[in-house]
Amino acid sequence: MATCRIPLVLLACGSFNPITNQHMRLFELARDHMHRTGQYQVVGGIVSPVSDGYGKQGLVLAQHRVAMAKLALQSSDWVTVDEWESRQPDWTETAVTMRYHYGQILQKYKKTTGTLMDSNGNTTFISSPSPQLKLLCGADFLDTFKTPGLWLDEHVEEVAGRFGLVCVSRGGLQPELAVHESDTLSRHQQNIFLVREWVRNETSATEVRRALRRGASVKYLIPDSVIEYIHQHNLYTEDSERRNKGTVLRPLAKQAQKPVNSLDD
Amino acid sequence: MEGHSVTRVALLACGSFNPITNMHLRMFELARDHLEDTGNYRVVKGIISPVGDGYKKKGLIEACHRVEMARLATESSDWITVDAWESLQPEWVETAKVVRHHYQKLAAVEQNNDDVDTVKFAKKRRIEENCHQGSSHQRSRDSPQLMLLCGADVLESFGVPNLWKQEDIAEIVGRFGLICITRCGNEPQKFIHQSDALWKHRKNIHVVHEWVTNDISATHVRRALRRGRSVRYLLPDAVVHYIQDHELYSAESEQKNADVILAPLQRYAGASSS
Repeated sequence: MATCRIPLVLLACGSFNPITNQHMRLFELARDHMHRTGQYQVVGGIVSPVSDGYGKQGLVLAQHRVAMAKLALQSSDWVTVDEWESRQPDWTETAVTMRYHYGQILQKYKKTTGTLMDSNGNTTFISSPSPQLKLLCGADFLDTFKTPGLWLDEHVEEVAGRFGLVCVSRGGLQPELAVHESDTLSRHQQNIFLVREWVRNETSATEVRRALRRGASVKYLIPDSVIEYIHQHNLYTEDSERRNKGTVLRPLAKQAQKPVNSLDD
Repeated sequence: MEGHSVTRVALLACGSFNPITNMHLRMFELARDHLEDTGNYRVVKGIISPVGDGYKKKGLIEACHRVEMARLATESSDWITVDAWESLQPEWVETAKVVRHHYQKLAAVEQNNDDVDTVKFAKKRRIEENCHQGSSHQRSRDSPQLMLLCGADVLESFGVPNLWKQEDIAEIVGRFGLICITRCGNEPQKFIHQSDALWKHRKNIHVVHEWVTNDISATHVRRALRRGRSVRYLLPDAVVHYIQDHELYSAESEQKNADVILAPLQRYAGASSS
C-alpha cells in the first residue's frame, strides 16, 4: 500500500527564450520535493515552449526555442521537450495545453497498463493510481493569476483544481501570499505544492538575452550547446529584442474579446 | 587604438573548491568581461588553485578529488585552467605566497613544461601562446599581470583578526591587484573606504557587480548532496558524475576537521597579539 505512489508528470509552460540552467533546476527541485511527499512518483517532465502567437517582446521563432530546449535537455533522462503548443498558430491557453498533455499521458498509460494486464492475465492492475499532470512554475507565476484579463476564471479553477500546481519559490512568502489572496487558489490549497529554493539563483532568460546583446559571456548560465546554437543562428540581437514591440500580449487581446470577471474581486 | 597598450592579465582564484560550482566558473567569466570592457586589459588565462588539505577547513575533502573535479569542470573552457601546486603542499600556504608562486611561474613559462599541471597539452600551448604573443610589441617580452580573483567575502575577510598578515594584504593588493565579484547588497566600496590598507591601493582593486543573483555556494551543494537531493545544473554534469562515482559528500565527510582550528588562525593567533 505504501509503495503505491501516484505517477506524476510535471509540465512547464513558458517562453524558454532561451532555456536556461535555472529552468532545468526547477524540474530537479520539484521532483525532489514531490518524491519527499511520499505520495508521488515523478515519471516525466515536459518543457512546452509557447507559440510565436504569444506576441511577447523579443520572442524569437519557436523553431529556435524548441531546438535550444532539445539541446539543453539532451543530457536529462526524464525531462523532454514537446512541440505541440509551439506549433499552434495562435497562443494556447495553459489549461488547454494541460488538457492536451493529460490526454496524451492517459493514452500512453492505458497502453502500458494494457500490456501489463495481458502478460499477467491479471486485471487488478487497473486499480493502481492513475497518473496526474501538474503545472510546474516559478513563484512569480502565481501572481499572474491576479493580473486582470490574463486568465479566465474557469481556467484558474481547472489548472489549480483539476490538475494542480508545483511552484518553486526563492525564500520569501510571496507564493503563500498569492494563494492566500486568491479564493480560487485557497480553495485548492491541497493541490498546490510550494517548493522552497534556498539558494538564490535568478538566471532569468531576460538577463541572458541582455548579456548576449551586449556581447557579454553567458557561459555556465545556459548549456554550452545552446550557446553554440545561439551564435550559429545569431539569435539574440538588438533587432530580435524589438520583435513584437508594442504588440498586445495575445492572452490579453484574446481574453478581452470575452467577458472576463477579474479574479476574486 | 594605435599606441594604446593593452595589459595582458592572468586571473588567479584561490579557495577550497569543495566542490567547484558553476558560480566559481561564472566569476571568471564576469571578471574577464569586466576587465576587457575597460579596453585596457586582455585576459589571457584563468587559474584555479584549490587549497591544500592542511587548511583544515571543516568538511574539506581530499585535495586530489577537489583538483580532479575542478579539472573536469574546466574541460569545456578554452582559457580557465587548474593548478595543483598549492593543493600538493603538505602545509597550508599563505595566499600571498601562492600569488608569488604563480607570478614567477608565468614569468618563466617556457621552463616549466615539466611542472605539475593538469591542463591538456593543446590547451596549455594555446594559453602559453596567448601569454607570450603580446598584443603590443613593446610589452611582448613581459609576462602578464597577475590578479587575484575573489568574492566580496574574501575582501571582507581581510578585516577578520588573525586570518591575514597585514603585509600579505599589502603585497596582494599593492603589487598584484584584486578583482572582486560582488552581489547586490554587499558594499565592497564602503569596505575599501573603511580600510586604510585597501584605500591606499584602491586603484588596484576592481569591483565587478553581478546583477544576476547567483549564490550557489559549495556549502549549499554539500548540504543538498548529504540529503540526497539533486544538484544538477548547479555544477557541471561531469562533476556531478564524479561525486556520485566516488560517493564524495556525506554526513561523515562533513565532520572532517570538525574540531580543528583553521590553519591560518592557528598560525597567526600567537604571532599577532601585538
